[in-house]
Amino acid sequence: MTQPPQAATAWEPSTRELERREIRRRLRLRSTLTATVAVVVVFVGVGVLVVTSPGWPRVHETFFNGHHARASLPGIWSAFWLNVKMFMVAEPLILVLALAIAIARGARSPWLVPVRLVAVVYTDLVRGIPTILLVLLFGFGMPSLQLQGVPNSPIFWATAALVVSYSAYVAEVFRSGIESIHPSQIASAEALGLGRGQTMRYVVVPQAVRRVVPPLLNDFVSLQKDTALASTIGVFEAVFVAQDYGNYNFNYTPYVVVALFFVALTIPLARFTDWLGRRYSERERAGAR
Amino acid sequence: MSESSDGPLLEVADVRKTYGERVVLADVDLVVNPDDVVCLIGSSGSGKSTLLRCLNLLEDVDDGVIRFEGREISDPRVDRRAVRSRMGMVFQAYNLFPHLTVLENCTLAPRRVHGVSRSDAEARARALLEQFGLADQAAKHPDRLSGGQQQRAALVRALCTSPTLLLLDEITAALDPELVGEVLTIVRDLAEQGTTMVLATHEMSFARDVATTVCFLHEGRILEHGPPEQLLTDPREARTRQFLRRVLPPA
Repeated sequence: MTQPPQAATAWEPSTRELERREIRRRLRLRSTLTATVAVVVVFVGVGVLVVTSPGWPRVHETFFNGHHARASLPGIWSAFWLNVKMFMVAEPLILVLALAIAIARGARSPWLVPVRLVAVVYTDLVRGIPTILLVLLFGFGMPSLQLQGVPNSPIFWATAALVVSYSAYVAEVFRSGIESIHPSQIASAEALGLGRGQTMRYVVVPQAVRRVVPPLLNDFVSLQKDTALASTIGVFEAVFVAQDYGNYNFNYTPYVVVALFFVALTIPLARFTDWLGRRYSERERAGAR
Repeated sequence: MSESSDGPLLEVADVRKTYGERVVLADVDLVVNPDDVVCLIGSSGSGKSTLLRCLNLLEDVDDGVIRFEGREISDPRVDRRAVRSRMGMVFQAYNLFPHLTVLENCTLAPRRVHGVSRSDAEARARALLEQFGLADQAAKHPDRLSGGQQQRAALVRALCTSPTLLLLDEITAALDPELVGEVLTIVRDLAEQGTTMVLATHEMSFARDVATTVCFLHEGRILEHGPPEQLLTDPREARTRQFLRRVLPPA
């Protein structure tokens, strides 16, 4: 039964293996078919339900009007750039500030106790205030202070309010990531002679960040949409433009157009983070099951 | 279809497994009869663990046939869960669930997979824990136990479902020598009670005492196999001799 060590002859799959591949192919085909049928049935069903509803002609006219979609598009397109700019500026600031807060909360040095207290109070307080209130407070309150050397534009203060609000949420995301790293990692880093700061910088934070990418994306998407809150202090961004158009033309199609803009922005981002996460896990836990 | 009384419990024929270009198992043949204790020996990377994972269907084979209780389980249409519910597996790193107590670890599969009532599952788990000297650890969480205790708990977890075949993957490799003994004593007891086992091990003296068959794996092939008194003292292959010289204490 035991073979002598054979010369490395080219391997040919056995008939049984070929048979098995055929079975696997059939099983795959069957599950693809099932999936296709399930998808078609569900979506066609939902579609039919909507289109046959009594109010559909009215809804179609007010929300899905081709003429109004085209007419409002240029205005929304240019205003949407403002939303993009706002979150593009805000997001990096949020990430940096939030990580700093999260690390400050984990500081153990007695000298850093005041910093830790500030970090705790900041997250508790800011997370308790609705974002829209922060935008209003910053947008109307800050310029009234008549500070020297600070811009008074509502765009600036809306962005600042978003940074403050989101950095508190994102800090908690980072903190949960940091706390999820097993103590043995910290022990082995300290055993190598790394200091607390170095342990954080080279061992804990890199692992923590990888772990919290999905919730970070969640907050990022949420931020993109909350740029619309800037409209409350008179920033003429995409939602405001759509509202404006709707009020003049008695048609809500521009809202749908704006929604599509936001969706078009978030879907590629979600796929990108999925890909990023897959790449990390393939590289770091190959075969570990 | 299962005629486990006559015929082998497990039959492996021409099994091949590759990871991309790397051939991990090639032409592996193995027969395990009821009450057999088969020890897989060989250096790290020789394919011992992969073979066990293939038997448990954690990995799909790339060729060959695996039969268990008279049925081919390497068929893609086979219900993996049904197969696994008849096999027990213990891992090198214990793999106990840290969020459950030892008792809950042991009753999870009986209750959720085998539909045993809570009281029956707990009674059986407690009896086994008692037998393995873990009676007073039942309510603790695994991370509060020593390595040897954790591995014994993992064995109990695998035994709670009364599997017909037990697969042990280097279960003492992560333990210090003092704790190895307490785990191996239990495996020895199981062997004496007639538990059918396939185990990968580095403990040669244990293999000599307990195994009915020892298989030497080298580069993914079972280079030779035979009863321990023959294989461990008078191996046929030069490779086996070389390996044994390195791992056996000089006689």
